[in-house]
Amino acid sequence: MRLLSGGVTLAAVLLAGAASADPDPTATLIVNDQIEIATRAPAPDHLKDVFDTVQSGWLYRTEETRALQMDDFDNPAMVFVDLGLEQWDGVDGSEGKSCASCHQGIDSMKGVRASMPKVNPAGNDLWSLENFINACRTQRMGAEEWKWNSDPMKQMTAAISLQSRGMASTIRIDGAAEPYWEQGREIYYTRYGQLELSCANCHEQNAGKMIRADHLSQGQINGFPTYRLKDSGIVSIHGRFVGCIRDTRGEPFKPGSPEFRALELYVASRGMTLPIEGLSVRH
Amino acid sequence: MLGAVAACLAAPAAAEITPTEVRFDNGAVAQSLTGVPGDPAAGAKLLSSRADANCVACHMIAAQPDVAFQGDVGPALDDVASRYSEAQLRGIVANSKLTFAGSVMPSFYKVGGHVRPGDGFTGNPAPADLGPILSAQQVEDLVAYLLTLKP
Ligand code: HEC
Ligand code: HEC
Repeated sequence: MRLLSGGVTLAAVLLAGAASADPDPTATLIVNDQIEIATRAPAPDHLKDVFDTVQSGWLYRTEETRALQMDDFDNPAMVFVDLGLEQWDGVDGSEGKSCASCHQGIDSMKGVRASMPKVNPAGNDLWSLENFINACRTQRMGAEEWKWNSDPMKQMTAAISLQSRGMASTIRIDGAAEPYWEQGREIYYTRYGQLELSCANCHEQNAGKMIRADHLSQGQINGFPTYRLKDSGIVSIHGRFVGCIRDTRGEPFKPGSPEFRALELYVASRGMTLPIEGLSVRH
Repeated sequence: MLGAVAACLAAPAAAEITPTEVRFDNGAVAQSLTGVPGDPAAGAKLLSSRADANCVACHMIAAQPDVAFQGDVGPALDDVASRYSEAQLRGIVANSKLTFAGSVMPSFYKVGGHVRPGDGFTGNPAPADLGPILSAQQVEDLVAYLLTLKP
């Protein structure tokens, strides 16, 4: 996406132009007519001086886009979940194992996405879901690491995230996680790029306003990974961060970098009262 | 021969003021950056072009009803000429933060002091000699256009 530049794609223009209904702050997210997922919640304590209420990015999208997330048959992300399930059962690496060899069914991953990112077992780093997946691949399966934004990695995070749909966040921001959280907050308020814009400039100060064709949300990540209509594919949390810093005429950190993992923890904490949506759909 | 004359005409005037030489007085810049009068028609295009200035990303402008998707992060620009002088408008476009402390509005004629600047919107690091977002004459063109905006 090129908010402030030349490259707003035709697809974006068409989608936004075709939108018959604006964002609706009173809409209710019910998936498959049965799973109600809260998209508004009281702000977490550490954010009380900024927002009363935190809101899912779902509320800021058009009626058509919102509808795609309300039925798993319409949600294009589910194709990627199916591919992730194939990966889950697929043997790979020198040990002749699949994920299922150790973890059995994918439902054993319930709650995992809701706890990410977190301090690793060795207690010396902050890990995202992708790091845990790669640790299993390299240490237990004897397989190659997957690149952060590679197709198999995004399929796997999609399949695992769905297992936490509707669950409350269980992230820790105190204790061993606190220095990472502080680092993430610092990054959130730093004005990057030649346009000198911070995450807060757009998603805190101007949430609800229009920046060119886009309605600015609070920039929450509880719905990630997301299916992005404009990309016809899954976008990871760090993929989104890259896009937002690039839009400041800036040089983003690398996906999987310590900076983006710390930022992920901090952004997750801004929406920690919102349930995990599993797989959201955005334009 | 003719080509050489044209090249001379197109070259920046010797008197052009570089970004580091601009003198701000309470945010306002009295002196033209080029000495060449701005072209309001060129300024009108710049204001809504997505490529460089893209002011409409954040501002509405009723005078350009054909431009889709105008933003509302900043105030509407329709009557700015009745509220600001030429010098104030030049200052706001060149470096808005010297008029509005801490503004989210980018500084369009400023070099240096950026955190992780990129090479345009490529995501690659900026070259060492990264210039300002707009040229001196583009700033003058924008100012000339803004001065036409009164009710
Ligand atoms: C120039 C303005 C701008 C800046 C700066 C910016 N963003 Fe965004 N961001 C957007 C726009 C526009 C969107 C798409 C609409 C929306 O969801 O807000 C977006 C979307 C997002 C989303 C997806 C939300 C969803 O529900 O789909 C996340 C997460 C996000 N931004 C995080 C960040 C973070 C973290 C930073 C700082 C590193 C940042 N943004 C900086 C403009 C910006
Ligand atoms: C990222 C958002 C953004 C962009 C891009 C932007 N502006 Fe602004 N602009 C603002 C905001 C916000 C203000 C209000 C001042 C403040 O409170 O910071 C403002 C104020 C102004 C004002 C004073 C208006 C008033 O009524 O007080 C003018 C004139 C102006 N901008 C012109 C421009 C021009 C010309 C461009 C493009 C070259 C531009 N702006 C690009 C956000 C932006």
